[in-house]
Amino acid sequence: MNFQPISGLSLWFMAIFTIVFACGAIYGTGYMKHYTGRPLRNTLHWINYAIAYISMMLLCVVENSITFLVCWEIMALSSFFLVIYESEKPETIKAGINFFIQSHISVVLLTAGFVMIAAKTGTYSFSAIPRYCIENNGMTAFLLLFAGFGVKAGFVPFHTWLPYAHPAAPAHISGVMSGVIIKIGIFGILRMITLFSIDFVAAGAIILTVSAISGLYGVMMAIIQHNLKKLLAYHSIENIGIIGMGIGLGCIGAGNGNTVLATLGFAGALLHTLNHALFKSVLFFCSGNVYHGTHTLDIESLGGLAKTMPWTAALFLISSIAICGLPPMNGFISEFLIYSGLFGWMQGAEPGVTTGAIFSILALVMIGGLAILCFTKAFGIIFLGSPRTEIEAHEMEPRRIVPLAIEALIMLSIGLFPGFYAKLAGSALECFPYATGATLAAKADLGAVGFASLIFLLLAGIIYVARNRRNTRRSIAEGPTWGCGYTEGTPRIQYTATSFVKTYVQLFSFLLGNKKEQEIPTEIFPVSGHFESESYDKLESGLIDKPLGAYHRLMDKFTFLQNGKMQFYVLYGVIFIVFTIILSIIFR
Amino acid sequence: MTSLILILISALFFNGIIGRVKSISAGRKGPGIMQPIKDVIRLFRKGSVYSEVSGPVFKAAPAFYLASVIVAILCVPFGSKAGLISFSGDFVFFAYALALGKLFCIIGALDTGSSIEGMGAAREATYSMLAEPAFFLIMGSLALMTGHSSFQSIFAALHPVGPMSWALTAIAMYIFLVLAMVENSRMPVDDPKTHLELTMIHEVMVLDNSGIDLGLIFVTGYLKFAMYAALIANLFIGSIPVGFGIPVFLAVQAVCAVIIGLNESFTARFRMNHNPQFIFTLACIALLAVFGVMLMSGQLV
Repeated sequence: MNFQPISGLSLWFMAIFTIVFACGAIYGTGYMKHYTGRPLRNTLHWINYAIAYISMMLLCVVENSITFLVCWEIMALSSFFLVIYESEKPETIKAGINFFIQSHISVVLLTAGFVMIAAKTGTYSFSAIPRYCIENNGMTAFLLLFAGFGVKAGFVPFHTWLPYAHPAAPAHISGVMSGVIIKIGIFGILRMITLFSIDFVAAGAIILTVSAISGLYGVMMAIIQHNLKKLLAYHSIENIGIIGMGIGLGCIGAGNGNTVLATLGFAGALLHTLNHALFKSVLFFCSGNVYHGTHTLDIESLGGLAKTMPWTAALFLISSIAICGLPPMNGFISEFLIYSGLFGWMQGAEPGVTTGAIFSILALVMIGGLAILCFTKAFGIIFLGSPRTEIEAHEMEPRRIVPLAIEALIMLSIGLFPGFYAKLAGSALECFPYATGATLAAKADLGAVGFASLIFLLLAGIIYVARNRRNTRRSIAEGPTWGCGYTEGTPRIQYTATSFVKTYVQLFSFLLGNKKEQEIPTEIFPVSGHFESESYDKLESGLIDKPLGAYHRLMDKFTFLQNGKMQFYVLYGVIFIVFTIILSIIFR
Repeated sequence: MTSLILILISALFFNGIIGRVKSISAGRKGPGIMQPIKDVIRLFRKGSVYSEVSGPVFKAAPAFYLASVIVAILCVPFGSKAGLISFSGDFVFFAYALALGKLFCIIGALDTGSSIEGMGAAREATYSMLAEPAFFLIMGSLALMTGHSSFQSIFAALHPVGPMSWALTAIAMYIFLVLAMVENSRMPVDDPKTHLELTMIHEVMVLDNSGIDLGLIFVTGYLKFAMYAALIANLFIGSIPVGFGIPVFLAVQAVCAVIIGLNESFTARFRMNHNPQFIFTLACIALLAVFGVMLMSGQLV
């Protein structure tokens, strides 16, 4: 047994996990008050919560791949039990099983990768990996592990479990899952980068491409979702894409020996991991408040919640600004680092590179614009206007507000004082080849960014106060919303989420598997008419549903074997035993 | 500081000039050049009517909208003299600050629960999503050509680069000008002078704003025009002394206002469903500019 000090990278992730798990636990105690009367199940739930936390902490510190896989399995199983808390609902079980199977695909890939290394080096210790890379080309093993961790993190095309698992789980679990459990995949990828020494330029290009696609695809699918939690789940895929873009850039920098690029890329990835953990957990916790306040998550039937749930609304708005990557919040800081890296990379003047950089910038810009469309829709339709159906919403108790507010304060402090947090990330950053905290301080003027954000807040505050002072001395009247002459407006004529994104859906219809079903009213006195539209993940139908269908059809051909007659089953057993005996004789 | 003061001065006259150009080319007597400012002063004196549906978001949105544009203006340099906010990558901050303002404008409109304002909000969100890549790409091509990454250093280094810089300046000019029109929802994307309900994007979003809030939104619009025109002016004044720079700056502002006025007088508005194509064309032109720069500097494989 030899003990090593815990690396900066592990500490960074452990800190993130702890913050979010702690806030999730406080919030969760409030959330679970709605599910009294089944003490056994609740006990099991909280035990699993603790086990999930401990296993994640262990994953950060273990130095041996067998131990790592065992902890990984504990983490996967405990989070499976956390997801299926409401197991009496069939869709929860379905989502849970989906999650369970996909987690194990990840385990298979990881096992394959680690065994490949162990077979050559004869040891399962992580310290053997650098040696393995010297003697062999580590690329295959790295890509296997990347795919394994990618399933957990939710990179496209391994993302299909997220939009089911997150809505099925209780809100505090969705928050923790999306905030930190999928980040263990990111941790795994980063940990492997510190161990492997491969052709980082090629690996980085692969990661960058996969991530840019994940980012775009995630946000494009998010926009058309009408279930709040599903919308947020797709946004996790988007943000994992942004983190991945940082990692990809960092790898390319490390491969080229470009200190600035490596630093900015990895720093962007590390900070965005923290940022996403914070704002996404707050958003999911808010969705839990909305769910218990109104008993629905369907965006179309909500509205006007800002009046009845002001705190939840404020927190949702702050996190929305953060997730769109806008100043003065924290999301901007990490995206700014990645932008700086991309622009710097573009100016690197290597033929062929510039095109890659331009398209990555384009992807990041589009992600930002689409995210704004998505969150103005989500916030605007859910919290603003007047209720679209008869819902009696009420605000939640402080236990379900305060932890969120704490996270929001941390988010704002990252946005205003990014230099401090960049310094905190320094020791994590230095685990990576060519990345240094000093370069980060020298190359990204984060102090100025924070200062600019501060000016914005001050200006907005001054203008707002001045406006209020002026308004107190004027006549203020209240009236109905201007209906352009129409005075009998009802909440039902408000703009809906579907209509808000209609132009977008038309523009990108070739990518979004949107199905429409309509009956247009005809005649002079129309009798009936209806319109229905639903969306389905095209990648899911192509990559999961079709192969599964084919597999089912193949297996159906063998149903004659299962004919229910005991004699046949005995016969199968005999055939099997004879077969194994023959085989063992032949291959002695 | 110079740029801030000059932009504020230009903003006073910008919309007035547009109005004058429009009335002259239509053969009308038309309002005076200071009319837009007089409108704002009148609005500041007025009381307000608020919808029963709207809440604090609606009241705070105009202030945040204005603040975002002012912060963006603080990033704009005066040629080789940096703006008040200047750091490597400040144009990213510039674009994101503007996007933040738009976000507030959009949720402010949604807060009224009006379907017409919702329509405007949806369009604003969609179109700004389509317009944003153009800005980043043109800034990217400028950054690529000059090898710098802040507004001030890019503009200062723009012209000694060679004949390519003038070609790029022309493209950048076009893009900034059209962006200004898209961002302010002017022709050919939207017609601000139609009856309010027929205006499709920006004006329709502010239907319920009145009094000082509407005044703030008007001011923001004027500032936005002057800000984009200042970016165009910066394409020229990077390498000339400040003394000559100021007249050039003001002249460019005036020319931009005249061009926008003429454009509004002689073009018709697009049908709404043609707008996305038009706006995305900008991004494509910007992409061509990037490839042009790459070709010149031998970075295209």
